Amino acid sequence: MNRGNDIIFHSSYQIHGGIHPPENKAQSNQSPIQDLPIPPQLVYPLLHNDRPLTPTVEVGERVLAGQIIADGKEATSANLHAGTSGIVSAIEEHSLPHPSSDKGQCLVITADGADEWAPRSALKSAFEQPREALLEHINQAGIAGLGGAVFPSHIKLASQVETLIVNAAECEPYITCDDRLMREQASELITAIELVLYLASAKQCVIGIEDNKPEAIAALEEAIQLRKKETDLDIRIGVVPTRYPSGGEKQLIELLTGQQVPQNQRPSALGLLVHNVATLYAIYQAIVLGQPLISRVVTLTGDAATKPGNYRVRLGTPINWLLEQTDTQPYERCVMGGPMMGFELKDLSAPVVKATNCIIAAGKNELSEPSQALACIRCGECADACPASLLPQQLYWFSRAKDFEKTRDYNLFDCIECGACAWVCPSHIPLVQYYRFAKTEIRAQDEEKRKADAARKRHEFRTMRLERDKKERAERHKKAAEKRKNAAQSKGEVDEKKATVADAIARARAKKKAAKDSSS
Amino acid sequence: MFNSSPHQRASNSVSNVMLQVVYAAIPGAAALFYFFGWGVIFNLITCISFCLVSEALTLKLRSQPTAAALKDNSALVTAILLGLALPPLAPWWVAAIGSIFAIVFAKQLYGGMGYNPFNPAMCGYVLLLISFPVAMTAWLPPAPLAEQSASFTDSLSLFLTGRDLDGYYLDTYRYNADGFTMATPLDQLKTGYSMGFMNDELLSHPVFTDFAGVGWQWVNLAFLLGGIYLLARKIISWHIPVSMLIAMAVVSALMSLYDSGQTIGPIMHCFSGATMLGAFFIATDPVSASTTTKGRLIFGAGIGIFVVVIRNYGGYPDAVAFAVLLMNMAAPLIDHFTQPKVYGSPSKTPEVHD
Ligand code: SF4
Ligand code: SF4
Repeated sequence: MNRGNDIIFHSSYQIHGGIHPPENKAQSNQSPIQDLPIPPQLVYPLLHNDRPLTPTVEVGERVLAGQIIADGKEATSANLHAGTSGIVSAIEEHSLPHPSSDKGQCLVITADGADEWAPRSALKSAFEQPREALLEHINQAGIAGLGGAVFPSHIKLASQVETLIVNAAECEPYITCDDRLMREQASELITAIELVLYLASAKQCVIGIEDNKPEAIAALEEAIQLRKKETDLDIRIGVVPTRYPSGGEKQLIELLTGQQVPQNQRPSALGLLVHNVATLYAIYQAIVLGQPLISRVVTLTGDAATKPGNYRVRLGTPINWLLEQTDTQPYERCVMGGPMMGFELKDLSAPVVKATNCIIAAGKNELSEPSQALACIRCGECADACPASLLPQQLYWFSRAKDFEKTRDYNLFDCIECGACAWVCPSHIPLVQYYRFAKTEIRAQDEEKRKADAARKRHEFRTMRLERDKKERAERHKKAAEKRKNAAQSKGEVDEKKATVADAIARARAKKKAAKDSSS
Repeated sequence: MFNSSPHQRASNSVSNVMLQVVYAAIPGAAALFYFFGWGVIFNLITCISFCLVSEALTLKLRSQPTAAALKDNSALVTAILLGLALPPLAPWWVAAIGSIFAIVFAKQLYGGMGYNPFNPAMCGYVLLLISFPVAMTAWLPPAPLAEQSASFTDSLSLFLTGRDLDGYYLDTYRYNADGFTMATPLDQLKTGYSMGFMNDELLSHPVFTDFAGVGWQWVNLAFLLGGIYLLARKIISWHIPVSMLIAMAVVSALMSLYDSGQTIGPIMHCFSGATMLGAFFIATDPVSASTTTKGRLIFGAGIGIFVVVIRNYGGYPDAVAFAVLLMNMAAPLIDHFTQPKVYGSPSKTPEVHD
């Protein structure tokens, strides 16, 4: 890492590949974050990362903003809180914000308009509290990675590391929610960084940010400088060139440190912890303001958005409410997330969830239509663009041929699905779709195999047990038989003894009698 | 219909890539036309017609969508590369046979676009060279050296019937101003060496008045210009042409050091024959080339080495087609052994760029 006394440094490390899609950020990053009105109904999918959540409230119950309404029994899920006060009106099937546009169990709250809060519990003098208390506080607040992966933060924060890396790259086109947050809440973010540094016992922090956000960089620099006057802090801003996908966790690490996270390992293997800007802000809200994760900043953009910008939206707000409130015109297509990694929304009654960072209401010809894919011409453009240094055309070849062993050999699971390969492909092959398909198939096969293995084990165990039982039974029988035999034998012996005794008695009697006879 | 991410794409397409290749070939084609006359145009027209028709017909037979495939412009590129490689005023059926073979056998029988292991144009060219060696080596002299050049009508007549309007054969037009039959500079040198002549004697021939042969050097410079256009538009990457040219220069320089009297020098190699056409237009055909970065360097260098070696020792005057086909054969193997190091895989040391 480039060491220097300055707060800002320009990293000189590079990643392989990457692309330069049009940024399209200016549409939405010009105006301050606005609050979106609370909708009449909030919808909460009872799912976290495809894992079910258990509701902790009942239909008909009144809930307050910030009250826990569902908790995750599983380690990889996080609590869910009511976004406003109201009545739990239903737990029912509802459209999910998911690429499959499936329906799933959702908890519905009908707002009562009072927006009454449950008592907020800020953690006083956090730096004097034990780490466990902070972790528990974050856990209770339901905070998960808001960059999109929504991995529960308290688990990630439990590891002790050397360096905190703040992922502020926001490399995906169109999205500007982190940019605005940094411009407007820089000092809060610095506080959050200090909290996380304390939590993870980390010595330093590097904020990785693309050079297309000069205002955010300036705001952060100012906030750091201000804070430095009061305390000794090692927080620096690592500026990286604008190039998609510099904000991929592994890519950002390489850009800032020159190191690569070893395959199948986490950044903690390098003594690093990576958190996204929005997540840090949520941590600040939870610890300093005592406010659980009930809202997030969402970028609304696209040619059809008449009021593009960033909105603070309560989680659970249906997308169509967001579109209505912002007078969004008829759009061609609507994408949740960015154009590179987002997915198309079919049903707009699906709600904003923790992972929702952007809604693109696309105008005509703004997004590319799926076109007739041609044969791969082996031009190698995809390999040149791949940030993971994979060979996308080979992966495509093998995925298509369902030669899953080969896709594994060609490191399919190192693919981060960034879409850079598909973006450059002159044959317009939907490459990522093939990789997802192959990954799903392989996972299913693995699961199948695991099940089969388990079944075989069970079967083997059962046969073994039956065998053992049989043996034991046989053993028991043998033992019993022997015992009987022994018993029979010993009975015989007793009889013999008895006989001998009787004989002896008889003999004695006879003797006595004889003696008597002779004496008399 | 399910749309998978990404939802945006770069504005490139196969048909545009191919079209750019066609545009880039214009300077070279123009230079050939300037120095060798109407035959160049006739070859191009014949190749384009036969290639497109063969492509359409085979696709029909294979019951594949015809229009979409024709629109990718790949058959057009094959046609143009073949057309530019043929000697001008060779009989029309030479171009026709080459085109049909290139499309039907070297491309469609392998499964069509994207599946052909060999460069179709070069397959067609080599087939012709082996089948009709005389017609395929009968190059005209470049215009400034020719004793007489054929008019449009004479050319057309020669092309279609083998004789000009006065009944003369093509050979009439192959005389230089000095009364000798014309050979290409490379041909001239090879024939010369085999007769025991040395470079000093051979290079004094008017064919070599400039740095790499009258006409030919300009043709090569024109193709180089087109190649630079392709590089600038990022249609091709530099790896194959650069490694090929460097390999040619280095190998021929070494050979010249060893035997300066009877080997072709680096400049002559690089700016004569089909070198630049080969380096920028033929070797870079993505379908049949190596795809990894390292692999492309090896692939290009391999072609360069083969070109020099075959030109010096082989039985044919030029060698680009053979060299390309040989390396096409090696491409899958090269790709296999030059896979990039995957992110995070062991033994990777960080790349530092300052
Ligand atoms: S970019 Fe597309 S056409 Fe080119 S090699 Fe990759 S998959 Fe094939
Ligand atoms: S989607 Fe996967 S294969 Fe394609 S560029 Fe990204 S990491 Fe590479």
